[in-house]
Amino acid sequence: MKVGVLALQGAFREHAEMLKQLGLVAQLVRLPEQLAEVDHLIIPGGESTTISKLLVRFGLLEPLRQRAGQDLALWGTCAGAILMARQIEGGWPSGLSHLGVLDIVIQRNGFGRQLDSFETDLALPALGPKPVQGIFIRAPVIKTVGPEVEVLARLPAKDSVVAARQGRLLVTTFHPELTTDARLHRYFLAL
Amino acid sequence: MEKATWNTKVGLAQMLKGGVIMDVVNPEQAKIAEEAGAVAVMALERVPADIRAQGGVARMSDPSLISQIMAAVTIPVMAKARIGHFVEAQILEVLGIDYIDESEVLTPADEEHHINKHHFKVPFVCGCRNLGEALRRLSEGAAMLRTKGEAGTGNVVEAVRHARAVYGEIRRLQGMSEDELFVAAKNMQAPYELVQVIAKAGRLPVVNFAAGGIATPADAALLMQLGVDGVFVGSGIFKSGDPARRAKAIVEATTHFNDPKIIAEVSKDLGEAMVGIEINTIPKEKLLAERGW
Repeated sequence: MKVGVLALQGAFREHAEMLKQLGLVAQLVRLPEQLAEVDHLIIPGGESTTISKLLVRFGLLEPLRQRAGQDLALWGTCAGAILMARQIEGGWPSGLSHLGVLDIVIQRNGFGRQLDSFETDLALPALGPKPVQGIFIRAPVIKTVGPEVEVLARLPAKDSVVAARQGRLLVTTFHPELTTDARLHRYFLAL
Repeated sequence: MEKATWNTKVGLAQMLKGGVIMDVVNPEQAKIAEEAGAVAVMALERVPADIRAQGGVARMSDPSLISQIMAAVTIPVMAKARIGHFVEAQILEVLGIDYIDESEVLTPADEEHHINKHHFKVPFVCGCRNLGEALRRLSEGAAMLRTKGEAGTGNVVEAVRHARAVYGEIRRLQGMSEDELFVAAKNMQAPYELVQVIAKAGRLPVVNFAAGGIATPADAALLMQLGVDGVFVGSGIFKSGDPARRAKAIVEATTHFNDPKIIAEVSKDLGEAMVGIEINTIPKEKLLAERGW
């Protein structure tokens, strides 16, 4: 297994450090030849519009789209989840590309601006009884999930899906990489 | 559900890393910045080069201008308050701004006290010239730092000086014994607890960007290679010949800061860079980096 972290922009170092805790050296992916080396890839939190432009500019969008869920397990946190969603509802500047590989509809900054960013504990039964620390930063809101999508966690207060999986594709709208809990990383590596 | 926690304040800055934050003075420029791939924009009335040229007291921007810029783009919007002017910061918080820059580019409102940033829900970024200044801002509640450089000059020399100072001082702390750390904390006028944390971790506990004088893709990559987490570009973009193109090139060079081939490629045919100023031709009282302490 060779795991990579998309390192165009955002919190890629935090993901790489989580993987290091699990004994893995992550390949930082900025160019297609680096993408070709990995079979698991994390798209970190960051600015989704910036990452989208850089994916196109440096020839990563098409190979990612073709391999996602096939010979490449893919996990998007926050901005990564936006880029992976089948449809982005509102707040997505026209002409911007995204991967569109996972059957959810997502809304950018769905909780509001920075002043509405929040922290809360989340039940995530697939990881065991201990809750997960959910840090949500200008987070997107998953509006609908398709029939093939398994819901892993919901935000109780808003009954909104915050973690979901479809085969080898995983999305979370919060940031496990900003915590010290590596259980979601371990879960992803098993996909 | 808890809002405005330290994790959410520092966390937004984490999400900006590896990116470029651009100064904009109207919604049209904000759109150009977003289109070029900026991770955030800084809303202000005059870019530092114009503040420097026109003189007078520089204050927080008109709230209606800030609101228009917030409405024009989907990326985070920051705005500047004067050093020590906590009412300007209160106004920015009410407007719902994503980050406040307590900035030496504006005329200070208090020559002794910085804003007590712990009192705010909105996170703050502050400037620094060295590690001691960085740690004083952190103890006041800043959730993000930027080295000051010398804004509005298009000359990267001060940004380099300040980045080298901060990271060099961190490396020196790492080699010190506990006894020496007490003295180091005293000498740099910084809280001992923070000095200890940094000596152990070997890095700052928050994100640190470079600012002040960055005008080319190579300037941005230089600061990134020196160790900063991202860059602010003020006058360097909209005072150049082809802002959209230069902005995009600086974004790409910041991502690929370790790849000279790509930096060479994106640096081609960018048109006129902003006209720079030699730092030693600026009278000492006009040096913005000297503001704040």
